[in-house]
Amino acid sequence: MFVRTVSNRFGDAAMALSSGLATLVVLAILTIILVDVIRNGAAHLSMTFLTQAPKEGMTAGGIFPAIVGMVEMVFLMTLAGVPVGVATAIYLHEYAPAQSRLTRLIRIAVANLAGVPSIVFGLFGLGFFVQFLGAGIDKVFFAGQKVFGQPALIWAALTMAVLTLPVVIVATEEALRAVPNELREASLALGATKFQTVMHVVVPQASAGILTGMILAVSRGAGEVAPILFTGAAYFLPQLPKGLSSQFMSPSYHVYVLATQSPDVDATKPILYSTVLVLLALTFVLNIAAIVVRARVRRQSGLAH
Amino acid sequence: MNRETALPMPGERRKQSKTTGRFATTRPPRLELSPAPKWHGLVEWSLRLFAASAVLAIALILIFIAKEAAPLLYDGAIRHEVTLAKMWFSQLWPGYDEAASIWQPVSEIPKFGILPLIIGTLKVTIVSMSVGVPLGVGSALYVSQYARPRTREIVKPLIELLAGIPSVVLGFFALIVMATWFQNLFGFDSRLNAIVSGVALSFAVIPVIFTLSEEAFRAVPRSYVEASTALGAARWQTITRVLLPAASPGIAAGVALGLGRAIGETMIVLMASGNAAIVSGNFADSVRTLSATIAAELAEVVFGEAHYTVLFYLGTMLFLATFCINTVGDWTIRRMKAKLGGAS
Repeated sequence: MFVRTVSNRFGDAAMALSSGLATLVVLAILTIILVDVIRNGAAHLSMTFLTQAPKEGMTAGGIFPAIVGMVEMVFLMTLAGVPVGVATAIYLHEYAPAQSRLTRLIRIAVANLAGVPSIVFGLFGLGFFVQFLGAGIDKVFFAGQKVFGQPALIWAALTMAVLTLPVVIVATEEALRAVPNELREASLALGATKFQTVMHVVVPQASAGILTGMILAVSRGAGEVAPILFTGAAYFLPQLPKGLSSQFMSPSYHVYVLATQSPDVDATKPILYSTVLVLLALTFVLNIAAIVVRARVRRQSGLAH
Repeated sequence: MNRETALPMPGERRKQSKTTGRFATTRPPRLELSPAPKWHGLVEWSLRLFAASAVLAIALILIFIAKEAAPLLYDGAIRHEVTLAKMWFSQLWPGYDEAASIWQPVSEIPKFGILPLIIGTLKVTIVSMSVGVPLGVGSALYVSQYARPRTREIVKPLIELLAGIPSVVLGFFALIVMATWFQNLFGFDSRLNAIVSGVALSFAVIPVIFTLSEEAFRAVPRSYVEASTALGAARWQTITRVLLPAASPGIAAGVALGLGRAIGETMIVLMASGNAAIVSGNFADSVRTLSATIAAELAEVVFGEAHYTVLFYLGTMLFLATFCINTVGDWTIRRMKAKLGGAS
């Protein structure tokens, strides 16, 4: 029989209360950050802020070049990273034998790649892309002239593509897992080959989930700073990036520099807050989109079973 | 097949032979799968190659950061300035009374003692974990055990949203807002210190711990809880003696991944820790972490010189530390899934 002693009542209440309190604290943190950034950032936010270049030593003007730089970087990153991530997930879930050594190795690598500190990606980008690939390209194609052997848009994008690879892989695999096996069997029973089944049945079914992974990768790429510190981000550029070998500005890097290296903190504060607001709004919109798409996928796969 | 004994297909008309009186049948059409085109096999191979790229990426990361750090071990000019022993052990520097581990890479006599950086990293990590673990596990417990389904459907995405906040924004918030609040509240001497940056860092760690712990709690088979309740245990007893032990591998994995995140996180500590390389046990002092040191100094070093090499060495250390922590965490998750998957 359930004994409702005083100590049990006290224990139950304490457990419920403390865990509820922990949840409240976590939600409060989120709320406080949001409220502070919105309250202080909304004042300076305007259309001109989004469409103008910074002026007068970052104390006036907007962040247009940073937005352009980020869009270009994220676009290149998606182009390079998402196909590889999706292919990896398709291989892991549709083709790979579950217990083979290669499969296990790939899974361990993916899990570890997700945990590599972002600053290490920055070091890797500098050591591999800039100084190995970039300098190599310069030696072969540009007669040693420094074109690609220095921090550039393309190297930052590729570094970020490696960083976001696990995000794409995990989301895609989850989407593939949600595709009911009956669909695969039906397709195979109709005489489709494995590849036809994957291409025409499984991947279309999983496309929403793949989209989730892409959105999350974009959100991550837009927000990270450490990997682009040495691989291509610049504090201020008089013009927009001209090509793959140009440096670029990014809102996330802009926040870092404005917050830490501004000679006049009070003068740049409104701009700083508005930049944070833009960055936060962007990542939140992307994350909410991902959550909504994923919830829909989960509901669908729940119905299908 | 023998024609005479073959059974008629449904709806098939049979002709009777006039001479023998036997039925002649037309054969049923034979289904034949044409073999998959050769290039489908090629596709499988290229998919496998793509998949191996994750392994390649990890290998390349290690190779290319270790390659830049390697001259520490053999290059004479660099070893003249700095060796592993000089980095790890206290040295008697000219002008100092006793041996000390000092990080002053750009002074007249460059000093690369990494003890202050390791102590700094540990201090920030300790603060972030002691805030992050109770909050992360506690909220996971609430969401998985107490919250109604509707509440859970609101709270879970919100905590995922917290995970989506870029670390530079958390660093900004700690630097501009939290540091002032904390200073007014506790009267710190230095505005930026291990406590401010550690608490801000915990905001990045909490979602990691939350997600994995919540998953672990929900993976515990209902029968465990029901059995405990049937034996007369109160809810809090069921939670502490049945649920927590059963979910502990998952929670441990969450804590491990959170720890990896805390050690490697860069922007938050770079912006909010004060970046002073001090050896002290006081958490209210400014600290400089391994990750922040790389981020702050790499932009100014000359390619290939001692300082550059040392920064890549720090990066290699960070990589190996997080690699070990993550491998253990990942292994624990897999084992738990296999175990609970078999039990339910």
